Amino acid sequence: MKTIDLAKQTVRDLNQALHDQAAACTETEWEVLNPKGQHNLAVGLDQKLKVDIKGHAGYYCGGMNKEADIVVHGSAGQGVAENMMSGSVRVKGNASSSAGATSIGGLLVIEGDAGSRCGISMKGSDIVVTGNVGHMSCFMGQAGTLVVCGDAGDALGDSLYEVHIYVKGEVKSLGADCIAKEMRDEHIQELSHLLKRAGVDEDPHAFKRYGSARQLYNFKVDNASAY
Amino acid sequence: MSEKTKYITELRESATFDRSTMAEIRRAADTGIYDIRGWGAKRKLPHFDDLLFLGASMSRYPLEGYREKCNTQVTLGTRFAKKPIVIETPVTIAGMSFGALSANAKEALGRGASAVGTSTTTGDGGMTPEERGQSTKLVYQYLPSRYGMNPDDLRKADAIEVVLGQGAKPGGGGMLLGQKITERVAKMRTLPMGVDQRSACRHPDWTGPDDLAIKILELREITDWQVPIYIKVGATRTYYDVKLAVKAGADVIVVDGMQGGTAATQEVFIEHVGIPTMAAIPQAVQALQEMGMHRKVQLIVSGGIRNGADVAKCMALGADAVAIGTAALIALGCNDPKYDEEFKAIGSAAGFYDDYHEGRDPAGISTQDPELSKRLDPVEGGRRLANYLRVLTLEAQTLARACGKNDMRNLEPEDLVALTVESAAMARVPLAGTNWIPGQQPF
Repeated sequence: MKTIDLAKQTVRDLNQALHDQAAACTETEWEVLNPKGQHNLAVGLDQKLKVDIKGHAGYYCGGMNKEADIVVHGSAGQGVAENMMSGSVRVKGNASSSAGATSIGGLLVIEGDAGSRCGISMKGSDIVVTGNVGHMSCFMGQAGTLVVCGDAGDALGDSLYEVHIYVKGEVKSLGADCIAKEMRDEHIQELSHLLKRAGVDEDPHAFKRYGSARQLYNFKVDNASAY
Repeated sequence: MSEKTKYITELRESATFDRSTMAEIRRAADTGIYDIRGWGAKRKLPHFDDLLFLGASMSRYPLEGYREKCNTQVTLGTRFAKKPIVIETPVTIAGMSFGALSANAKEALGRGASAVGTSTTTGDGGMTPEERGQSTKLVYQYLPSRYGMNPDDLRKADAIEVVLGQGAKPGGGGMLLGQKITERVAKMRTLPMGVDQRSACRHPDWTGPDDLAIKILELREITDWQVPIYIKVGATRTYYDVKLAVKAGADVIVVDGMQGGTAATQEVFIEHVGIPTMAAIPQAVQALQEMGMHRKVQLIVSGGIRNGADVAKCMALGADAVAIGTAALIALGCNDPKYDEEFKAIGSAAGFYDDYHEGRDPAGISTQDPELSKRLDPVEGGRRLANYLRVLTLEAQTLARACGKNDMRNLEPEDLVALTVESAAMARVPLAGTNWIPGQQPF
């Protein structure tokens, strides 16, 4: 295992060392010490690496990740795993706002709570939050799956496209064009599979499903008040 | 004849409720929806035609045309990037999306720009192989929607442009109506086919300049600090925006005035939000100068650039380069009179067509219709654009030489005068024949 101690080296050193693995990938296991909330840790990874960040991370940790499996042994700042393509990011603590923003693939697991706009404009990733999510989560979500094992704040799924949203707890309010939907067998299976992948022990039957009413897909003057 | 009518010599149209205004009221009453269109502001605005150059004479020494050099090469992104972009002409191609434009049009833009050694720019929809393949210098836009955004394309880019706004709609998000969301466009944007796509107006994972500084560092980390990072703003509070962009870490700042084009925006937005390009440049330059960053952070200006005179005037006011969008499309064949009958068949006319959002462009440029798209040959389109870019460059050089400058960037405000009080105040150059700059000195 390679260790980078951010008390002695810079974020630039860390990312360059991880990027340099792309060609040969001789070192697959990495440990990052003393992150102390620094921003942009382990961003733009492009290889099947395993990166353990031993502490809190700042903004955009794991941003644009491809293939790597990143674990934050603490909380993460804004935009964790933003635009992730594949691989996984696991946050042992809480995550700030815009977790998994625009993420295209891969799995983001937040073992604590996530702030506002979790999964904003997500484009195909899977996001599992063990705790609660803040307001406007999944705003303009396009594709993928958002699972919330706790409660969701105001305006969940506002202006939603095709993300599948599952919430176990209370939803304070639904956003424009987001509605509760029937939980059919295929959804139980989808959720069950995803919970298992995320390592989260929950009963899929305890969740409700939400999705797009698809009423705002094409402009109709009758819907003007919803815009 | 009544007593009243015998004195009426001609019909009098209301200046307030003219025929165009009344037609819009009737259209709104008929449809219940605001008017959406492409192009940029069509109202008359103070513009570069209101400025003139003071050519050399006794007090200045002109350069000999065609024999004495006048450099047009500009390097963009010298502040932080390991690989700045070198462009051979100070005219670049502005961001326009695949989706708004056909793949052939994007390819033609790449071909034309590459032929003269300048850059072209992606748009709200990702990078197409056609565009990357034909563009030797490609700027990759990083937009609020992040449609098609991925690290592989990010690393293929020669520069990254973080888009905060657009001159045609500062403060507004994009829209691409369902007619143009074909299977390929939908796939690139991860959207259902045929939806009216609404792009966000704010970025999803940062909210202010302090956040943006961290975002820019993320992009630099992902690309190992190789390529320049631009920040593009629509011209509004330009002085403050430019200062904040510099503080956030931009290598290059792009300021797009309200004459800048769009593929689809509400008419009310296009005509009533933003400031003219000419008014924005001095604000931007002042901000850069006060921070000691003029020429260190390069300034690109866009919005209504049509000819070499406009290019030279922008540079005299302090820009390092300009970007063209609408003019580049016209060079490709947009609004070409040869399609006049077809424009009329869809309720427009050559020279007036702005319904880019409908996807029925007879010239095959702002469409995803496969048959219409075929009308634009990307090789011929590229040749036409390259010709046009060469003319812009030659014209701008001609004016610079006449002012005694051996480098386009040696042009300066002192070379300009204004024809109107408004343009003198906005451009901060004297009213012609006086030494009066309104707003700078007492009359």
